[in-house]
Amino acid sequence: MYWSGSFIRVQLTVTTLAVAIVLVASILVLVRRGRLREKYAVLWVITGVIILPLAAFPRVLDGVALSLGVRAGTSLVLFLAVAFLLLLAMHLSWELSRLEDKTRTLGEEVALIRTELRKQSRPAEDAAGHVPNP
Amino acid sequence: MRQDMSQTPEPRTKRIVVIVPAFNEQDVVGHTLDEIRQHMPDADVLVVDDGSTDRTGAEAALAGAQVARLPFNLGVGGAIRLGYRYAVEQDYDYAIRVDADGQHDAAFMGSLIEQLDDGYDVVVGARFAGEGDYQMSRLRRLTSRLLSALLSRLCGTVLTDPTSGFQATSRRACEIFARDYPAEYLGDTVEALALAAHHDLRIIQVPVVMRQRSTGAPSQSPAKAGVLLARALSLALLRR
Repeated sequence: MYWSGSFIRVQLTVTTLAVAIVLVASILVLVRRGRLREKYAVLWVITGVIILPLAAFPRVLDGVALSLGVRAGTSLVLFLAVAFLLLLAMHLSWELSRLEDKTRTLGEEVALIRTELRKQSRPAEDAAGHVPNP
Repeated sequence: MRQDMSQTPEPRTKRIVVIVPAFNEQDVVGHTLDEIRQHMPDADVLVVDDGSTDRTGAEAALAGAQVARLPFNLGVGGAIRLGYRYAVEQDYDYAIRVDADGQHDAAFMGSLIEQLDDGYDVVVGARFAGEGDYQMSRLRRLTSRLLSALLSRLCGTVLTDPTSGFQATSRRACEIFARDYPAEYLGDTVEALALAAHHDLRIIQVPVVMRQRSTGAPSQSPAKAGVLLARALSLALLRR
């Protein structure tokens, strides 16, 4: 209110740029350390590449936004970000379900193998207990 | 790793495995196993120790059962699927699942097996409808009626006790259940029946008397009933 519009705009750009740089830097660190599977790394690097220029020049999307019926480019970015995060969360739930399923199967497998092992290490006992023998 | 049973003298007799899922039941599992042995002397018993933190597995082994110990708790559904996998891998003809807490009377196992002999795939030991000492609230009775109605419709046979964990299964049913048995919370009974119906298995119920559980909380809280009902409803609506 007390500052000129252009000053606020510069300040905003600095803020968004700082956040974007931190984001991209963390992504790069994770990728470099090999902490992300490639499929996720690719997704995040692409995200970073898109975010950086948008943070610096938020107005570049204004034209696109207008053609989609959104008044400001920044609103469009917000909307897209929410949609992207929702999709991502869904994807992660799906991955998690798959993982839980695999863990379960592995657990069962381990239990079966241990049972079999115990049987074989005590063959005499097992023969008595296993074969139906009235 | 397959057991070589080609030497079995009588080919007519069915090989039966009793699957007992157990989670922290050290005080009762021994007694339950003794009873099973007494009524089903020819059956093998597999106790699935679902990641118990007490001596359940040791007690079961002492009582002479095979014990498959899961490295972590999977819930009843997970334990049961392991049982069916064991049944299929070890080439059993029939499997019976009973709870470790002794609420299912082993004396009724014979009548469940008879139905399998008659060609049914899934035989549910069902509490007598409206029998004696079960005190139910009105809401609970309503949900349980709704549940039976839905499941009966889904399975094409009268099921008065679809949440019963006392079930006998044919080889064919074991194979299906070994592949995908629902591991979801409370999914092991209602959803398993729906799965059986989906695969056109022949389902029937046999009346049994169940005892009060000797330990632990009664399994039917209003919240659980709600979950079961929601599950059955979604199954009925989303029928594939």
